[in-house]
Amino acid sequence: MKNTWALTAIRMRLAIRNRAFLFFSLIMPVAFLFFYMGIFGRNGGRAAPYLLSDVLALTVMGSFWGLSVQLVTFREQGILRRFRVTPVTSSGMLASSLLSNYFMTLPTIVIEFALARWIFHLPSYGNVLSVLFMVTLGTICFASLGLIVASVTNTMHETQIIAQIIWFVFLFISGATFPFAMLPGSVQAIAVFLPATYLVSGLQQSLIDHTSVLGLGTYMASLIGCALIAFLIAAQLFRWDPETKAPRRAKLWAASAIIPFLLLGAWETYYGNLRSHALKDLQSIREPYSLQRMDH
Amino acid sequence: MISTANIEVENLTKRYGDVEALRGVSFSVNEGEIFGLLGPNGAGKTSTVEIIEGLRTPDGGKVRVCGLDPQRSGDDFKFVIGAALQSTALPDKMRVREALDLFGSFYPRRRGTAELLKRFGLEEKKNAFYSHLSGGQKQRLALAMALVNDPRVIFLDEPTSGLDPQVRHEIYAVIQELKKENKTILITTHYIEEAEHLCDRVAIVDHGKVIALGSPRELKERSGAVTRITVRMAKPETNGALSTLEGVTECRTEADDYLLYSTRVPRTIVALVKHLEEQHNELISLEISAPSLEDIFLELTGRRLRD
Repeated sequence: MKNTWALTAIRMRLAIRNRAFLFFSLIMPVAFLFFYMGIFGRNGGRAAPYLLSDVLALTVMGSFWGLSVQLVTFREQGILRRFRVTPVTSSGMLASSLLSNYFMTLPTIVIEFALARWIFHLPSYGNVLSVLFMVTLGTICFASLGLIVASVTNTMHETQIIAQIIWFVFLFISGATFPFAMLPGSVQAIAVFLPATYLVSGLQQSLIDHTSVLGLGTYMASLIGCALIAFLIAAQLFRWDPETKAPRRAKLWAASAIIPFLLLGAWETYYGNLRSHALKDLQSIREPYSLQRMDH
Repeated sequence: MISTANIEVENLTKRYGDVEALRGVSFSVNEGEIFGLLGPNGAGKTSTVEIIEGLRTPDGGKVRVCGLDPQRSGDDFKFVIGAALQSTALPDKMRVREALDLFGSFYPRRRGTAELLKRFGLEEKKNAFYSHLSGGQKQRLALAMALVNDPRVIFLDEPTSGLDPQVRHEIYAVIQELKKENKTILITTHYIEEAEHLCDRVAIVDHGKVIALGSPRELKERSGAVTRITVRMAKPETNGALSTLEGVTECRTEADDYLLYSTRVPRTIVALVKHLEEQHNELISLEISAPSLEDIFLELTGRRLRD
């Protein structure tokens, strides 16, 4: 455990010195916030909670790239093998990826909140505890999914291709960019099996409806389950040496991390209220707008 | 009887697909000894060391380091060893001081960063990024890192590979310093001079086997005391008469030089001079050198080390 903290501390320092990392984890999310809220948030802050929850979701999902994928570079350059002759364990190394990524994501989240409040008139912080839980569990879950990608791919090139494909799915059919309520029914039917969808919805519910932690229990449990399975598989498949290649069946193993969301998705399909929540939260943007117009 | 061997390797075998990398390697290294594995690239030196370090699992055979099994002893094993690996690196933006602090923090017993920086001449570079270090500085840092836990056994895999001669000698000095502390050191190298210069004992490895083992002096004596006479003459010699001179066991040519391997040097020289007179040839230079490990390797394998 002590080793994990030492690794976490040094990896945070390295991340701060890495311009590309700073760009993708801080500059880009904040720029996106200005772009998104600047264009769509011009109605006196009423749309701010909805828009901010999308910005937060994208920031959290960025953990999918973050410091998890860095392990592939470390492996390729022979950095990991040096740690292998020390008491550092594979799970310690993996955990340091999650922790350093988490601590590097939090400031961005805080900055986004502050900007949304001061510049874009965010009316309230929503249910702060729920937001904190969603951000924490989401960051750890997506970083764990990144660890899985890192553990089943052999080169940085391969890692980027696979991560890019998964990333686009998360980006476009989770509700983070196009509102879930506006997606075609067939796409929604697929989206209910994606962790990203629940992250977006959970954040929307925390910020707009002030839903409590308990109210988001199933989402959070699924994020935890997914993170746990992903972490255990990544630890099993961990390779210190660039010469050791990932076994073919590894990719199948890796896919099992999605099991909690298959279960949640199945439940959601028959009994859930994700769609109605999504619709209601989307309308939170429009309602006050139409009210204003009626006043005229 | 209590064994003083800190490293014991018995009948190690390892395959990579169709390639038999190790075919029964055995040796032991005593406490306080510098032991060298000498051989050409691909001989199996790195495989052997990495199995002993616990980085690879052998297919067969037994390894003990200070009585511990590298595969099973976990942290106890890692606490007693220090290693400078062959193909490794640190993150580009890690500072020298940070690397020593970080690796030191993994161990209950450790050497201070300041002491290591001083000892390895890295004080001025302590705040430099890893990527800004020269090859020699990186290697000195690797050695410092291998010592960070004050280990009993140190593994140095090709510690001077790719360094220029001056830097290489700096590294030798550092390694010899360690010997004074009674550390057990296992070095792999394909540089003959390194093995002769540093090692108390050497195992010559070829094609996954130890083909000779002993102190550099023993190996030379055992090689049949063949002395090399390097001769350069005004006119080239073509009829092979040199190999029939008294005492000569073998004759080779290397560029303009003739290398005569002799068991009876004075006789051979007298015969050589006589022969040259008869042929109306002139002697330009003559050099007598005691057998080197290079010659022993050549004798054992029929190949040069650096081929």
